[in-house]
Amino acid sequence: MQLALEVGQTAKPEAVMFWILGPMAVVAALGMLLVKKAVHSAILMAFVMVVLAIFYIAQDAVFLGIVQVVVYTGAVMMLFLFILMLVGVDTSDSLTETIAGLRPIAITAAVGFGGLMVALLGRATLGRQAVGLAQANTDGNVEGIAYALFSTYVFPFEVVSALLITAAMGAMVLAHSQRTTARPTQRQLSIDRFRGKSLGSAAGLPGPGVYARHNAVDVPALLPDGTPAPTSVNASLQARGDMLDYKSFDLAEVNTQIEEEK
Amino acid sequence: MDASNYLYISALLFTIGAVGVVVRRNAIVVFMCIELMLNAANLSFVTFSRINGNLDGQVMAFFTMVVAACEVVVGLAIIVTIYRSRRSASVDDASLLKR
Repeated sequence: MQLALEVGQTAKPEAVMFWILGPMAVVAALGMLLVKKAVHSAILMAFVMVVLAIFYIAQDAVFLGIVQVVVYTGAVMMLFLFILMLVGVDTSDSLTETIAGLRPIAITAAVGFGGLMVALLGRATLGRQAVGLAQANTDGNVEGIAYALFSTYVFPFEVVSALLITAAMGAMVLAHSQRTTARPTQRQLSIDRFRGKSLGSAAGLPGPGVYARHNAVDVPALLPDGTPAPTSVNASLQARGDMLDYKSFDLAEVNTQIEEEK
Repeated sequence: MDASNYLYISALLFTIGAVGVVVRRNAIVVFMCIELMLNAANLSFVTFSRINGNLDGQVMAFFTMVVAACEVVVGLAIIVTIYRSRRSASVDDASLLKR
């Protein structure tokens, strides 16, 4: 398949696509560094990966483009999001620098490195005529890659398969956690509740608040003396900062008026 | 437009990924920046494959993808293990060797 019409000088539609998607990919990658929440970084990363897949397909690497979508945006980014939900929900990433002066040094080094690369590329590829993949892809891109993979690169291919199996084993070993203490029985839990330091939670923790204007798991219940009970809201909601203030649903002034009329 | 324009994008993405590895503190974001660097290298491979007119570069990019997938699996397992013992996914908190 020959998508680039001219060899060397790419066709007009590809240039249009490049100048639209290229800056968007760079902006998304920069956004990855600047946004605060890791989930937003993951979404921007997925966007960059999709743009790269389009670039691959535009450059006659059809097989790699599809693999990029399936493996990266499909599997790897889903794995990232999965781990983010497991780990990173209550860990807010602060953008303050912990090592003094790290950020200016990093940005200076990056500008230097990027400038060096761009300058090098500008000199290295000057006047070079690109060959294009028309001849290499005559039997089709997938067939061409398969031929290279199973003839020239068959030994690296087998080594990589061993690497994949080892990685899967390693992940299972790392993620496996063994209990160091026995699981507490119901009897033990009951004894701990009643013979513990305080009897406050002997009857179980209170449920979240039920209010006239709001009835949800994110508002703390009120104790008999009118103070809110933060223990009534789920700990992970508190950690995320999603616990609402009960005062916005308080009907105090309405209550007192009715009392005074009587 | 010249095909080497893709190489400039690749260099920019690689640089941005490198800055992210140094600047960000959340281990998962650092990991995503490493993935960005690998992807940038892949784009270079594919572009050089087109410039030179043979498929070796695409096979290399394919191998990079496989190795990156392995790296993600093991790396995320390590992050989960560190999170279990330290209740934190920040790269600054795992500094036991420093003290």
